[in-house]
Amino acid sequence: MTMERAVAPAQRAVDILGGDVSESALKGYLDGLPGVDAVGLEQRAAGLGTRSIKTSSKKWALDRIIELIDLTTLEGADTPGKVRSLVAKALVPDASDLTTPRVAAVCVYGDMVPHAVEALGAAHGDPDQGLVSVAAVATAFPSGRASRAVKLADTRDAVAAGADEIDMVIDRGAFLSGRWGQVFDEIVAVKDACRKADGSYAHLKVILETGELNTYDNVRRASVLAILAGGDFIKTSTGKVSPAATLPVTLLMLEVVRDWHRWTGERIGVKPAGGIRTSKDAIKYLVTVAETLGEEWLVPHLFRYGASSLLNDVLLQRQKLASGRYSGPDYVTID
Amino acid sequence: MSFLEYAPAPESTSVLKLKDAYGLFIDGEFVDGSGAPFDTIAPATGKKIATVSTADAADIDRAVAAARRAYDTTWSRLSGRDRGKYLFRIARLVQERARELAVAESLDNGKPIKETRDFDIPTVAAWFFYYAGWADKLDHAGLGPAPRALGVAAQVIPWNFPLMMLAWKIAPALAAGNTVVLKPAETTPLTSLVFAEILQQADLPAGVVNIVTGAGETGAALVAHPGVDKVAFTGSTAVGKRIAQTIAGQGKKLTLELGGKGANIVFDDAPIEQAVEGVVNGIFFNQGQVCCAGSRLLVQESIHDEFLDRLKQRMRTLRVGDPLDKNTDIGAINSAEQLQRITALTQAGIAEGAEAWSPECELPSEGFWFRPTILTNVATSNTVARDEIFGPVLSVLTFRTPAEAVAKANNSPYGLSAGIWSEKGSRTLALADKLKAGVIWSNTFNTFDPTSPFGGYKESGYGREGGRQGIGAYLQAADAPAPARAPGELGASGSAGAGSAAGAASSVAQRVAKAVTKPAASKSPAAKAAAAKPAKTSTRKAAK
Repeated sequence: MTMERAVAPAQRAVDILGGDVSESALKGYLDGLPGVDAVGLEQRAAGLGTRSIKTSSKKWALDRIIELIDLTTLEGADTPGKVRSLVAKALVPDASDLTTPRVAAVCVYGDMVPHAVEALGAAHGDPDQGLVSVAAVATAFPSGRASRAVKLADTRDAVAAGADEIDMVIDRGAFLSGRWGQVFDEIVAVKDACRKADGSYAHLKVILETGELNTYDNVRRASVLAILAGGDFIKTSTGKVSPAATLPVTLLMLEVVRDWHRWTGERIGVKPAGGIRTSKDAIKYLVTVAETLGEEWLVPHLFRYGASSLLNDVLLQRQKLASGRYSGPDYVTID
Repeated sequence: MSFLEYAPAPESTSVLKLKDAYGLFIDGEFVDGSGAPFDTIAPATGKKIATVSTADAADIDRAVAAARRAYDTTWSRLSGRDRGKYLFRIARLVQERARELAVAESLDNGKPIKETRDFDIPTVAAWFFYYAGWADKLDHAGLGPAPRALGVAAQVIPWNFPLMMLAWKIAPALAAGNTVVLKPAETTPLTSLVFAEILQQADLPAGVVNIVTGAGETGAALVAHPGVDKVAFTGSTAVGKRIAQTIAGQGKKLTLELGGKGANIVFDDAPIEQAVEGVVNGIFFNQGQVCCAGSRLLVQESIHDEFLDRLKQRMRTLRVGDPLDKNTDIGAINSAEQLQRITALTQAGIAEGAEAWSPECELPSEGFWFRPTILTNVATSNTVARDEIFGPVLSVLTFRTPAEAVAKANNSPYGLSAGIWSEKGSRTLALADKLKAGVIWSNTFNTFDPTSPFGGYKESGYGREGGRQGIGAYLQAADAPAPARAPGELGASGSAGAGSAAGAASSVAQRVAKAVTKPAASKSPAAKAAAAKPAKTSTRKAAK
């Protein structure tokens, strides 16, 4: 992971907007972004969704999808046992085929981080090196309705317990009521709380909860806001709100990331999460990333799927490709 | 191999059951043409697909006579509701055989299967469904109560959307109660002939639709035929003018849908990503072989460089190649002749000072291909800013103010389409008012719907297709005078002429008779067709 990129919180905003990152400066900047035509965006996404990925391309795609999954369990009923089981699945997704790659990360609630770290043992580390990292949701996930002090404590706890990545939620209430400066400050503060003992930062994924932002224009503004405030990734959803990730929303976020790269040369990650359950759907996202940002974005530090049930469908497809026959849900492990 | 070089995903051609040779479709049967047969080839490979007949003057006589007979004895006697049933049935059959039609169209025209599958064929079905609904509602077509059909319609269609143009022509004609003789373009007759099989499958009464194949002379003979009451043509402005001259004074109704040099106007407040997409769709859809293509990009000077940058980046992801591959975005140019024309005009543009840019892409070694191209540094006086190229070539011009955008957009002998890209609705509406184009798209391009009339200003033609206006083009008010055709003229076409003389006179009488006998319970159209032409065993399933 590109942890060496030690961007101080809010440095990007300072670079773009100048020393004084005021609410009005932010507002002026975000209001100046080009609008999004919903019909056109959805048509483009639908068009990308018709790409036909067959044979050797499909084989490559299925393996790459696995390598980009944040295997997730975010339930009130989660236990250390459940997390150990998830980690085992992350390391050996398909016991019947040991050539199956590992997933990028496991994603758990903050209090489960120690169990995940322990279960991973030596396999814990940078997914770009074939290891598996630990992502924790924080900041009063999923609603984000808590005081800033609580959110920051939540974040520090998870980082201290060994989380490599923090999936935070933005304050959608503040965003929708126009208090963009408040949203910005909070992301900056959480980024600061991601600082580890060694001075590096845990990777920060900023969840926009696009299903609550409702309009594409809002998604574009929130995406830019999150990047300005120091997010390493922008993530669509918590998975707890419907609609979660959609292809048009993800395409729009990829376009923001492309523009950011065009303006600054800096690469930001994107993570669609929630609602991606089939290989067919996941391949559409892969195509959309490749045709919008290029194949170089299809690496764990620039693109992830947040998903729990997707992995097993990919494994079934992978088995089918190898054997020529479809098996069934009993031929992959539940977790 | 990189992921983006997607593995081949060819659509199977096994669904096609093509014959080696096709005749003319006259009076419900395939018959041999009297002219010299010709080959229709696949533009992507240059290989022959099938041999097709050429209709000469005698064949045209037979086809028009069959259409007249069907009009007099069958079609004009059916209730609107029963005509509608046939159209609904045709629409459903088009849907059932959609894959076969999509493959045939892609093969014969060279356009990507993605377009025939997702656009052409669904639009064909939509057109038949829409006009099927009109058949029993002609009182609301805007011509007063009980409008009358015109009689026999001669329809000549182009090669760029072969089956879709057929649907645009045949569906409203039949719904309004006319019968049809249609001539497809000589490079793309295939789907019209497969469609003829669908008409047989639908048990459409013999002669209601006749399809005659051949080149320009066949079309000329058809539109000039004295037994024809209505001429509808889509194609080049030059041919449209000749048709108008030919039939002047013959009392035939005429609609022409001709060329265009559409302006796609992009303001600095446009939804930029979607505008890029719209410009790409506007000029590279169907290899730019679209009469309403957005072939002139008018981009506000303040965003010219950035917009071109984005456009080029997007164009680098276009996939040019095998039309039958499901991932192909840009297929083959329809013919060697068209490729030559595109090449010549583009060269002329470069000679006049334009700079050409194309993304790097490998073109197949066989067939007819042209790289998607943008021409910058184009002046309004340049050939490529004025002449229709009808290919994947975009001329880029700039403007500074809305007034200049309007002036430049309207500064063309054509007036078919225009696009406006802006997030400011009030400006879009004000601009749309001032643009002299039949179709104006706001934040979209090349969008079609059967409910929406389509047609041009100036040298782009006259008349509208689609919507209420589209059916009105095949109707006349109840009190309109009968078509004035001189007896001498009718004699010129031999037996067909005699038939049509009787037809012209009798059709009005039958209308009256029909009005009187209206309460008679209408049987299924199939049953009526059987009654009208007993030779045909069509007691099969009735229209539901």
